[in-house]
Amino acid sequence: MLANVVRIAARAPVTRFAPVARAMSTKFAPSHEYAKVDGKIATLGITDFAQAALGDIVFVDLPEVGDDVEKGEGFGSVESVKAASDVYSPVSGVVTEVNDVLSDTPGMVNTEAEDGAWFIKVEMSDEGELDDLMDADAYTKHCDESS
Amino acid sequence: FVLSYQEPMLASTGSTLLRASNIAARALGAAASGAVERTALFDLHNELGGKMVEFAGYEMPVLYDGLGVLKEHHHCRGEGCSSLFDVSHMGQLRFDGADRVAFMERVLVGDIAGLEPGTGRLSLILNENGGIIDDCVASNAGDHLYVVVNAGNKAEDMEHIRALMSEFSGDVSMSYLEDRSLVALQGPGAAAHLQTLTPSLNLPQLSFMSGERTTVAGVNDCIVTRCGYTGEDGFEISIPSENVTDVARAMLAIDGVQPAGLGARDSLRLEAGLCLHGHDIDQTTLPMEAGLAWTIAKRRREDAGFVGAGPTLEQITNKSFNRKRVGLVVEGAPVREGAEVYSEDGETRVGTVTSGTLSPTLGHPVAMGYVDRGYFKINKKLSVKRGKRMLPAKVARMPFTEARYYQGP
Repeated sequence: MLANVVRIAARAPVTRFAPVARAMSTKFAPSHEYAKVDGKIATLGITDFAQAALGDIVFVDLPEVGDDVEKGEGFGSVESVKAASDVYSPVSGVVTEVNDVLSDTPGMVNTEAEDGAWFIKVEMSDEGELDDLMDADAYTKHCDESS
Repeated sequence: FVLSYQEPMLASTGSTLLRASNIAARALGAAASGAVERTALFDLHNELGGKMVEFAGYEMPVLYDGLGVLKEHHHCRGEGCSSLFDVSHMGQLRFDGADRVAFMERVLVGDIAGLEPGTGRLSLILNENGGIIDDCVASNAGDHLYVVVNAGNKAEDMEHIRALMSEFSGDVSMSYLEDRSLVALQGPGAAAHLQTLTPSLNLPQLSFMSGERTTVAGVNDCIVTRCGYTGEDGFEISIPSENVTDVARAMLAIDGVQPAGLGARDSLRLEAGLCLHGHDIDQTTLPMEAGLAWTIAKRRREDAGFVGAGPTLEQITNKSFNRKRVGLVVEGAPVREGAEVYSEDGETRVGTVTSGTLSPTLGHPVAMGYVDRGYFKINKKLSVKRGKRMLPAKVARMPFTEARYYQGP
C-alpha cells in the first residue's frame, strides 16, 4: 500500500532541471534495454548485445499506444525459435508509439536493434529515472563483464 | 531482457544419462561422475563456430556462428541443399544371438521378425503400464539387429533391456557401440551430396528406412540408413569415431552442405510432426493416445508378447484413451511447452501444449499437445493461453510441412 502511494507521488508532474546534455542521449539498463531520450520522449528497445545473445528473433510482443509502462516492469517479449524473453522498461510513462513494422519483420531486431528496430516510444513521467541508468561507456563495461 | 522461457531441450538436463546403473555405466565407458561428455566432432564444432550447450549429458552445438537457427533450418529444406547434424550423442546398440529377434519382440512393440534384411522401422520401448520409455529405430542388419535410441534415455533403455535379458532364457547379447559416431545428412540435396562420397552404394536403389554397410569418403565400415528427423529425404550415417571428423569435413566440403545444430533440429522435427521423447511422449503416454499405435503391427497385437502389451492393447481395443496428441495451429503468437489449451470460448480447460514454436517454413505458430476427448477432430477450434491472452487455435493435421521422404525405387 505504501509502495503504491510512493509510486503515485513519483508520477505526479515533477519540476526538474533537465540539463541540455540529456536532450538527446542514450541510456542503458543492466538488463540490456536502452532508452534514447529526446526531451520527454524515450525510444525503447533492446541492445545489440541482447539481440546477439538471443539469436534469430521470430516474434516481438509489444504493448499498445496508451498503455502504461513502469520502470523495471515487463512491457513485452521477444522470441527466438527456441526461447522467449521478457523485456523490461527502463523508464515509467505512457506509450505514445509502437513500432508496428516489427510484427511483419521481427528479424529487424537482429540487424537494427539500436536503430530502426526500436520497440516503443514512451512519454516519460519521471525523467529522474534516467539517472539510474548507465551511459554508453558504463554499459559497454557492463557487457564486457557479462561476456 | 530476461529469459523467461527456454525450450527444455536446451535447459541443462542434468544427465539422467549418467545416473546409470553400474552395468550401463560400464557399457558406456563413463564413470558416473556427472561430467559432461563430448562427441568425437567437438573440436570440429568449435572450429565451425558452434555455440555449445549441454544436452542429454553432452556438449552439443545448438547453432553455428554466422548461420543461426533460422538459416540452418531454411537451408535444410532448400532445393539442392543438405544439412549435416552431429547426432553422436544418441545410443547405437547392437543385438546378437540366435534368439535376438524373439527377445527384441519382447522389448519392442513392432514387427521385428518381419524386417527384411537391410530395413528398419520406428519402434517403441514400453514399460509395464504401456508408457513409452523411448522411441527408437530398429534395423535388421543381417546377422544382428541395429537399434538407435535417444541420447537422454540410453542409460535407462539399457538398464531396462538388461533386466529383461536376465529373465530371458534364450541366446542374445547387447553391445553399446561406443566406438561409433552418428551424423545425419538431411535435405533435398542429401542424396546427390552423399552419392559423391559413396561410390559403391547406389542411392537411388536405397529405399526409405533401408540401410547398408558401406564405405563413405574412403572410410570403411560405415552404416548408411535412409531415415531422419526432419521430414526431408536424408540419411543417418554411423561412422567409426576415429574417422568421423574426416568424413564430416568431406561432407562439408561439398557445395550445398552446411552444418546445422540442435536448435534447427528441433524446429525441423516439429514442423515434420515428429515427437520428441521427454516432451511429446514419455512414460505416462501410451501408444494409442500418443498417436503411435501404427507402430504396433497386427501380428504383434495378436501375440501381445511385448512388455506393456496389456494396457496398450486395452487402450486400442476399447478406445479407452481420454486424451490424444494432436497438431495445433495457433494465431497471433508462438505458444510453448506447458501452455494451457482451452475450448474455443476459453471457458473449459481441455489440454496442454507439449512442443511449440513459430514455424520458420510456414511463418506461423505451430504446436503439438494433448487434448481431451471431444476435441480431437481436425479443424476443431480451440484457444491457447499465453500470458493474459487467449489465442485462437485449431487442431491441424501433421506434418505441418509437406513430408518429402524418398519414394523410390
